[in-house]
Amino acid sequence: MKSAIAILAWVILAPIAGGLLAGVDRIITARMQSRVGPPLLQPFYDVLKLFGKQGIVVNAFQNFYMICFLVFVVVTGCLFFSGGDLLLTIFALAVAGVFFALGAFSPNSPYSNIGAERELLQMMAYEPVLIIMAIGMYMVTKSWHVDEIAGFHNLLVGYLPGVFVALLFVLTIKLRKSPFDLSTSHHGHQELVKGATTEFAGPALGVIELAHWYENVLLMGFVYLFFASNWIAAISAVIVTYFLEIFIDNTFARLTWRFTVKSSWIVAGVFGVVNLFVVAFLIK
Amino acid sequence: MSYLKKSPWIIHYDGSSCNGCDIEVLACLTPLYDVERFGIINTGNPKHADVFLITGSINEQNVEVVRNIYNQMPDPKVVAAIGICATSGGIFRECYNVKGGVDTVIPVDIYIPGCAVRPEAIIDGVVAALGVLEKKAAALKSMKASA
Repeated sequence: MKSAIAILAWVILAPIAGGLLAGVDRIITARMQSRVGPPLLQPFYDVLKLFGKQGIVVNAFQNFYMICFLVFVVVTGCLFFSGGDLLLTIFALAVAGVFFALGAFSPNSPYSNIGAERELLQMMAYEPVLIIMAIGMYMVTKSWHVDEIAGFHNLLVGYLPGVFVALLFVLTIKLRKSPFDLSTSHHGHQELVKGATTEFAGPALGVIELAHWYENVLLMGFVYLFFASNWIAAISAVIVTYFLEIFIDNTFARLTWRFTVKSSWIVAGVFGVVNLFVVAFLIK
Repeated sequence: MSYLKKSPWIIHYDGSSCNGCDIEVLACLTPLYDVERFGIINTGNPKHADVFLITGSINEQNVEVVRNIYNQMPDPKVVAAIGICATSGGIFRECYNVKGGVDTVIPVDIYIPGCAVRPEAIIDGVVAALGVLEKKAAALKSMKASA
């Protein structure tokens, strides 16, 4: 019963929360650039406008992949927020990412192809850290299940500080923030026109945006999990993390995919794996 | 209620402009004028855009390019000709290589004269273009409903 309520709350409330997060993001970004910025509800206006536009497509399959992307992101969240298996959640998220990349490959334009390849490289960069996160949480709480991990009596970040730092590093990639917004970006980075989302118009673009909102809420859920035993600390951590990501976004320019993959793996190794070894020796 | 007016995404193209009007268009995005307050985003992708801001006159080289960009934009869409060169060819109208203003190749909805156009005039023109956009959206909707 409790998981049914959690799933319903996720499906209905997460896009609202995600849209508000996006709105706050744009306002803070604008203020950092000495501008006023759009109204808070602007992302909702954007998506609603997109659903009213003509849906131009290059081929018949591309929108189907993006709908699969949205469906699998929602499924991932249902798994996570109903207290399911954390490892399965991470792999479901990977499936969603692959659908996004497939959708970007589908139109076969040079811009979307490079965007899709960069999306796959981004996945290669952040997946190790997500798996290390699941392993670390298992080693500490002796459970793969999110409800038992969230019910652990201590702050997980005390046992897994290195893993948390590694997660913060790859969160920049996952949230599509500079310097790692390689495949597609919200801002005026027009290096590949719009990268992976170049060939999508109207409703399909609205679907992609909605899926990104769901994904962002899910990622904040990962951050929350590190502080789950104390909900005040957890909410504060989520707020501070999101603000830090916006700050980093505005401070850095886009970097290369080589640097993204190399630095993510180095961070995963130095902070993540070393943390796991320390936990393995301390928790016998 | 149409959300086009609350979230008009623009694509900006320089036909054969001296860049004066382009600089003024980009100035609208800067903190002094900040058109993101109105939800305007400068997207470089015609497939994502609602408003086509075009500067400079049309010559043989850019006829196909302008038509290509216009055709890639999904309906409903509006075109705003920025500056006197885009409106009618400006002082270059009589030149041998200039065909004229933007309306020689695509239908233009709003003409914003000036050399270079003031950002205030650009914003004014874009707001007027949004009114035209809303009418087009309503016409599209009633056409779909009656079909």
